[in-house]
Amino acid sequence: MQQSNGYVIGFAVAMTIILGGVLSFTAVSLNEKQKEEIALDTKKQIMLSVLPEMSESPKSEIAQVYDNRIQVVGINGKAIDAAVLQKLDISKEWKKLKKGQDAILPIYKFMSKDGKSVDSYILPMYGYGLWNDIWGYFALNSDLQTVRGVVFSHKGETPGLGARIGDKEVQDRYIGKKIFNGGKLTPIFMVKGEGHADLPNYEVDGLSGATLTANGLNEMVDRYLKEYKPFLEKGASAVSMAQ
Amino acid sequence: MSTETVAAKKSEALFSKRRKAIVTDPLDDDNPVTVQVLGICSALAVTSKLEPTLVMSIAVTFVVIFSNLIVSLLRNAIPQRIRIIVQLGIVASLVIIVDQVLKAYLYDVSKVVGVYVGLIITNCIVMGRLEAFAMANKPYDSILDGLGSSFGYAWVILIVAFFRELLGSGTLFDIRVLPEAYVNNGLMTSPVGAFIIIGLIIWVQRWRNGYVEEA
Repeated sequence: MQQSNGYVIGFAVAMTIILGGVLSFTAVSLNEKQKEEIALDTKKQIMLSVLPEMSESPKSEIAQVYDNRIQVVGINGKAIDAAVLQKLDISKEWKKLKKGQDAILPIYKFMSKDGKSVDSYILPMYGYGLWNDIWGYFALNSDLQTVRGVVFSHKGETPGLGARIGDKEVQDRYIGKKIFNGGKLTPIFMVKGEGHADLPNYEVDGLSGATLTANGLNEMVDRYLKEYKPFLEKGASAVSMAQ
Repeated sequence: MSTETVAAKKSEALFSKRRKAIVTDPLDDDNPVTVQVLGICSALAVTSKLEPTLVMSIAVTFVVIFSNLIVSLLRNAIPQRIRIIVQLGIVASLVIIVDQVLKAYLYDVSKVVGVYVGLIITNCIVMGRLEAFAMANKPYDSILDGLGSSFGYAWVILIVAFFRELLGSGTLFDIRVLPEAYVNNGLMTSPVGAFIIIGLIIWVQRWRNGYVEEA
């Protein structure tokens, strides 16, 4: 009986339906919790670009600081509608950017403790690494010129090579670099090879063995800083006039 | 290898000698990693820190035990001609469930081990136990076999992870144990370190047990 074609096909169909059902049930029932975790993780990444000392704090604490001190505005400086913000997905906006369509470019303003002045501006970014997507949060000081800190993350770069963009040691190389050079926007580039000393203000030491991931990172930083250029230039001149 | 079907007596004790052997054999004399040399890829890949290794051990234990149980329950119904794909389907579903649960409740760990949890599907220990044991034995024995095999895998990779994290990063479970002055051993953080430690474990074990590879 077991060898008849009808039995084999029947068994296969029954198994597919049962396993499919079990998997769909799992996916649906865990979906909400997963979304929550992802949202918390995003908040953590954003906050770590300006407060690296919080890396060991529990996520709920980081989320609380985020809710208290972060304000999100669009590139025109006006607040983004809450409903739009709720659904905002940087990876989708990135796809629009690549097609040359209008995309929402959010700017996360990290306010000072009293909430009156802006401490730093955090620019979200998205792009391709070597194997899969990469993304990051690029924090600038209130002068809109000096890098305060960056957080990069990735989906599937090679552990030990490209995946090092997620290491604090690599990210710290960006701190203190300038995005303007003689009044001109100069995106910060990761150079090829590792171990360079005395690099200019717009270059950081590279990743040995991960040139293609570094290229993807450079492309991402370049694309986004150019997209944010109107805001950065306007902001930079306003800041310098105020001084 | 305990591949043959042992005709169990009807009133066999819950922890009879034979059943104890099913659990204890894979821990030492018949260890899946050090003797059968299975599951080496994940032993190299996930063992740089203790926390992801522990999560991986629990994930493998869950998958091996439940796939063994399910296949054993269905062993008389599974058509011979499609048995491998049926086994794969069951293993893959269990792996997906583990992956989804990790994403929901241990998101940070899942970011580290996510890729490797997916690869449990290709872990030879899992398929090996299904083909060699669960297809021919009763459910309870199959659970015991899964328990033995997965613990045999777990203790080896946990020891590897212990030495790799201690010597490679100076920490255990991310808590600093070696003095700050200790210079981290970069060899241990790379997969090469895992090769060396597994090699040492195999050496010590074979010396102790007097195991000789059959010609």
